Amino acid sequence: MLKKLLIANRGEIAVRIIRAARDLGIETVAVYSDADATALHVQLADEAVNIGPPAAKKSYLNVDAILKAAHDTGCDSIHPGYGFLAENAGFSDAVSAAGLVFVGPSGDAIRLMGDKVAARSAAHAAGVPIVPGSLGRVDGIDAARHILIDTGFPVMIKAAAGGGGRGIRIAANLAEFEQAFPQAEAEALAAFGDGGLYMEKVITKARHIEVQVLADGADAIHCFERECSLQRRRQKVWEEAPSRALSPRLRDELCSSAVRLARAVNYSGAGTVEYLYDEDADRFYFIEMNTRIQVEHPVTEMITGIDLVAEMLRIAGGEPLRLLQSDITVKGHAIEVRLNAEDPARGFAPFPGTVAALCIPGGPGVRFDSMLYAGYAVPPFYDSLLAKLIVHAETREAAITRMARALSELQIDGLATTKPLFQALAADAAVQAGDFHTRWLEGWLETHAARLTPSLEP
Amino acid sequence: MPALQSPLPGTFYRSASPDKPPYKVDGEAVAVGDVIGLIEVMKSFHEVKAETAGSAIRFVAENEEPVMAGAVLAELD
Repeated sequence: MLKKLLIANRGEIAVRIIRAARDLGIETVAVYSDADATALHVQLADEAVNIGPPAAKKSYLNVDAILKAAHDTGCDSIHPGYGFLAENAGFSDAVSAAGLVFVGPSGDAIRLMGDKVAARSAAHAAGVPIVPGSLGRVDGIDAARHILIDTGFPVMIKAAAGGGGRGIRIAANLAEFEQAFPQAEAEALAAFGDGGLYMEKVITKARHIEVQVLADGADAIHCFERECSLQRRRQKVWEEAPSRALSPRLRDELCSSAVRLARAVNYSGAGTVEYLYDEDADRFYFIEMNTRIQVEHPVTEMITGIDLVAEMLRIAGGEPLRLLQSDITVKGHAIEVRLNAEDPARGFAPFPGTVAALCIPGGPGVRFDSMLYAGYAVPPFYDSLLAKLIVHAETREAAITRMARALSELQIDGLATTKPLFQALAADAAVQAGDFHTRWLEGWLETHAARLTPSLEP
Repeated sequence: MPALQSPLPGTFYRSASPDKPPYKVDGEAVAVGDVIGLIEVMKSFHEVKAETAGSAIRFVAENEEPVMAGAVLAELD
């Protein structure tokens, strides 16, 4: 078992990790920037070390300062949380090289899953369905025409050397494709000095479904799926478990495929295998594997009764998996919403400020993961996530009712938050029916802006 | 001497990205509406535009440094 853990993060996830460590009797060390001296994670940890100025790259991304803090306080391990250094393979390597335990997978596993083409190949090799398309670079237009048999239309043509949405073209039919492919090749060569192209089927209406896995380097198990189709600008805002869209047979295939991938890469720790689910075709496709604990992990904890962060700490401490697959069952339905310091009535503009009165919802089946307290000044330098409100009930319908009840109890004065968005969504017929896909929310926001009344009274 | 203030709390940037030149250099003339920098608030970026004109700008705030709302970013002659 680990003895003393440094948490290389801030905000609600640092608080969450401190709680799990304390439940296991592990001592905790927080790190903080100049902007976070009064933060809750600093108050809750056994010790706290200042690691630099507000800018993340000078503090929470400063590997040397974090390793020095761990050394100076006698820690034997580091938990990276999510974001910041959590999926930085070099950080995992550096922690190990310093003789400390990294609570997460090896640098090699992070590197493999962080490389989109390598991850896709690994998934394919493990028998995990991937989005139809080229396995690597397309070898000329004749090979490209052959790949169209698998992808159909619309098809995406991507520059191998591109990234962040650059160098992407979409062809709706063969005529467009014949024109676009040579153009894309020439453009890629001009823009990136590399004419290499990939092709991938475009799935227009998909649900985002992901599988939670736990692994100890030798064996792997799954903790069922989460559905995170309600997204704004590719950011998840409302997550739930289980997904109402899957049949029992497909759920079994999906979860088994995630376990196969985790085993194939000798994964260790908690991870999430993300998929697109094409509801019309009743097929799922691998997108990527996230090699960290995720923001929305509590919905899985609520339906399975497993403390995922505690399991990560046990695995990192050298224990084999404690649970058998047959030990893990789903009970009821859970929903999480992300309360961000953003004003939905003003295009989700960020809203840093100071928390005045604070009233946190409670009662049966309600959980509130947050770093807020009355009087806390939310710094403008980091993510806008303030809190995650999670509810659990016997059925999805009851969970939505409970979410509306919990939201009505929640009061965060002094800030604008995304609470009005979730009140409107909980009351929406399509949400209640579970009838949505990853691009549904953006369309809904355009027509329902009037429902998002300001949460801050002037 | 008119001053250009930060409309928001956050991190001040003098250029659009680290590999781009600054929007304005000390001594440069500024017209109303010119972008003089960016403020990053909770990972979203907001342009800071000059509300008055001046024949020469002089920056007070440092690049990539934290600023409070109302902090003086630059002065104008």
